Amino acid sequence: MSRTSLADVHPRAARRALLAALLTTAALVAPPAAAETLAITGATIYVSPDRKLEDATLVVTDGKITAVGAGAGVAIPASARRIDATGKVVTAGLIESACQLGLVEVELEPAGGDGRFGTAPTPIHAAFRSTDSFDPRSVAIPVARTGGVTSAIAGPTGGLLSGQSAWMSLADAARPAAPVADPAAMNAALGALAIGNGSRGHAIELLREALDDAAQYQAKRGAYDRNQSRKLAAERLDLEALLPVLSGRLPLVITAHAESDLRAALALAKERRLRLIIAGGAEAWRLADELAAARVPVILDPTANLPELMAADVRDDNAALLAKAGVQVAISTLGEASSVRTLRQLAGVAVAHGLRWDQALAAVTSVPAAIFGQPARGLLTRGGPADLVIWSGDPLELGSRAELVLIGGVPQSMQTHQTRLLERYRRVPAK
Amino acid sequence: MRTWPAWPLWSLWPLLLLTACGGASKGASRPEGAAVDVVDPWVDPSDDLVTGVPRHRGAPADALVNAQARPIAIVGATVLTGAGQRIERGTVVLSGGAIRYVGQASAAPVPKDALILDGTGKFVTPGIIDAHSHLGVQAAPAGRGHNDGNEATAPITAQARAQYGYQGQDPQISRAMAGGVTAALILPGSANLIGGHGFTVAMKPARVTDEAAFPGAPPTLKMACGENPKRVYGEKGGPSTRMGSYATFRAAFLDANAYNAKWTRYRRTQKLWLDKKHRAEKLDAEARKRGAAPVKTENAPEPPAVDLKLETLAAVLRGEVLVQVHCYRAYDMGEMMAVASELGFTIRSFHHALDAYKIRDLLVARGIAINTWADWWGFKLEAFDGIPENAALFTEQGGRATIHSDSAIGIQRLNQEAAKARASGIAAGIAITEDQALRWITANPAWVLGIDEVTGTLEAGKRADVVLWSGSPFSVYSNAEKTIVAGEIVYDRQQGLPPSDFELGNSAFERNTLPGSLR
Repeated sequence: MSRTSLADVHPRAARRALLAALLTTAALVAPPAAAETLAITGATIYVSPDRKLEDATLVVTDGKITAVGAGAGVAIPASARRIDATGKVVTAGLIESACQLGLVEVELEPAGGDGRFGTAPTPIHAAFRSTDSFDPRSVAIPVARTGGVTSAIAGPTGGLLSGQSAWMSLADAARPAAPVADPAAMNAALGALAIGNGSRGHAIELLREALDDAAQYQAKRGAYDRNQSRKLAAERLDLEALLPVLSGRLPLVITAHAESDLRAALALAKERRLRLIIAGGAEAWRLADELAAARVPVILDPTANLPELMAADVRDDNAALLAKAGVQVAISTLGEASSVRTLRQLAGVAVAHGLRWDQALAAVTSVPAAIFGQPARGLLTRGGPADLVIWSGDPLELGSRAELVLIGGVPQSMQTHQTRLLERYRRVPAK
Repeated sequence: MRTWPAWPLWSLWPLLLLTACGGASKGASRPEGAAVDVVDPWVDPSDDLVTGVPRHRGAPADALVNAQARPIAIVGATVLTGAGQRIERGTVVLSGGAIRYVGQASAAPVPKDALILDGTGKFVTPGIIDAHSHLGVQAAPAGRGHNDGNEATAPITAQARAQYGYQGQDPQISRAMAGGVTAALILPGSANLIGGHGFTVAMKPARVTDEAAFPGAPPTLKMACGENPKRVYGEKGGPSTRMGSYATFRAAFLDANAYNAKWTRYRRTQKLWLDKKHRAEKLDAEARKRGAAPVKTENAPEPPAVDLKLETLAAVLRGEVLVQVHCYRAYDMGEMMAVASELGFTIRSFHHALDAYKIRDLLVARGIAINTWADWWGFKLEAFDGIPENAALFTEQGGRATIHSDSAIGIQRLNQEAAKARASGIAAGIAITEDQALRWITANPAWVLGIDEVTGTLEAGKRADVVLWSGSPFSVYSNAEKTIVAGEIVYDRQQGLPPSDFELGNSAFERNTLPGSLR
């Protein structure tokens, strides 16, 4: 096999990555001061979900991938620590697209988390910023890493406009919390529960009103500050937070399942030229062509197949149908922070229901990266961040393990609350 | 094989009579001198007790017969028996509702009229059994009208039964069938300390609950400790703490004990009365012969009132019910074991049991099984110490573990959950075999439900509860292709999910109009 480096394969991707890094908040994330140079050798490396290199080598320097290629052609710096990954599989670190990692510590404890909003006194919480309360020492984060998840979009839920999510690195908490992107998106929801009165139409109306009033606020901020404005639908900070949504800079993630809500969201996004992302999307397959035409991605859980009253048209092959129609599909656990480690299994389930394997891997790596605005992430291209996982085998298969996780080029501790419990109780304690 | 007594409807007749006749046996109005009056319904003391066990349970052998089942032979598949064997290119023959043959193709007695299923490259396993499900009692679509899982009106509702609320047309049933599930224990929820009777079902759609009942399955009772009852009753007058919860458990079983004693005393009194009555009848006959005055008898003793709640708990104390206890914490399980040994009953298994690995010696010494998850943890404080090696450690200790679902989503992939729990065990140096992992979702839950004599493994003579998988059941990419319950194919992947009544004209099945580009 001839020597292939990713710069050869994807020179444009590499340049895009560099550009993206310069233009986004990612540049704020400094690589660890003394990240060692590593060379992973002998592995099957997925430089992108649809392109693998056999017996390949990947070199990490200063937190970045500095070389990747098949065979013996990659020059390994003399200073590099070599990691023999013969027979192993290397992929980009998985990205969880919609969760509450770092926000919710214990789901059922009232004091056990943040970013869980209701509808009273208001369903609008747009000003909430996940980074304000994100806990990088959450007990659930190291557990998520054992599932090969290296970063996550953590955000609030509940109400109509739940607030701003942040794309957080899940690097070892010895270092301060490191946002990849903050904010990552504005979270919203449609459906009978969004505003608490059971009306789905009223929820859409309120969302439209909030966006209208944000525009009004922006146009007449002086009048607003002089108290010469009519009453607006949201508080000042909420309106302020909606401005990047209006300008299309910040994606609006709308959680909705019913076809009618999905169509309403799509119409609103067209009308206001919003950067819409659908989350949930149980009936999204029914408007796959429209979503594809409007370039609206869908974040879904492929196991969510129980019919609901307003969303009864559920199918196991939702992900496969959407992908086939050309929709960008991201896969997410969409649930408890403690269950993020099961992300790869969900990708595997989607494959069992017809999604192509490379699309499933993309759904937990390159697609989340792209839809949240950093297309150089979620790939293993030269110049990109060294967020990667060395797997014992097929990353989506149940018997495989994440053996080594690098975030920003730094090998992560695989110790968790759970591994410590296992150590304590590996032998039955004496009575 | 233990035979569970059938309790037909007529065993309830003393109860009906009691309500119909009011104080008939109180005696004040009994005509004098008529010896025949004392021959009342209470002749045979063993008929007296209304035991409150479910109707139509049948005998275990009933599970092995199904006249609807035509012969089926699955040929060429890798057969995992759940009884220690892996047979490459094996043959499995089913007929009349039972397994007739499991083994090499050469010796297989394939009936001429058998439906032949080509299993080349595929796997065959026993049907999957879920020891913890709320299907049917919390039916889809979720909503107030379908919320039948928790009789959350009092902490002890031992008289309630999951069977009463089981909706056999729950759309979740077909989805469980598509996951290779052939039987499950449907339990009341965990709002109550004692939620009520479980309902062991065969996984197939039903019109009335009796059609879903697993034939001959023994009675079960759902109990719960820890956070859930605290949370629910903390706002409803208590108990609001574990202290109050365990005191309430003890009080309930002490009541049942007193109830048992009342009935025992009644039976003894009744027996004495019967003896007296026979003597009186004899004396009366002699007196009549002599033309002397008739000999009168005393009135029959009055039976205590039947209380279905205490009846259930009394049956637990008599060892007639398989007790299933929802517990997460080691200290909760320890306290439940103390309650059981103080009051004199046996716990069949703990459910969820996330801390079981910490006290696996104590549990295994008592023969208590656990039903747990592969990796669900952390969603509440009592679930904070769950570890993925729980089932493996418990198995290594010699205990019976199952992987259960407690979820209409999880029940669709118990095979995958078992695969994950096995992988976690192996990574920790616990050499869980393929057979052991399979038993977590087949033979072991069959034992928890008390139906292991008839199902849970692929062996000749057992019920034809069988799954044909597209590949290894431990692979994320495999699907159940055929699910066979009592010899009948209830799910066929080629034909897709059979729509429930709810889904007719109201679902993706029927509005299957794919978007233009996908047609």
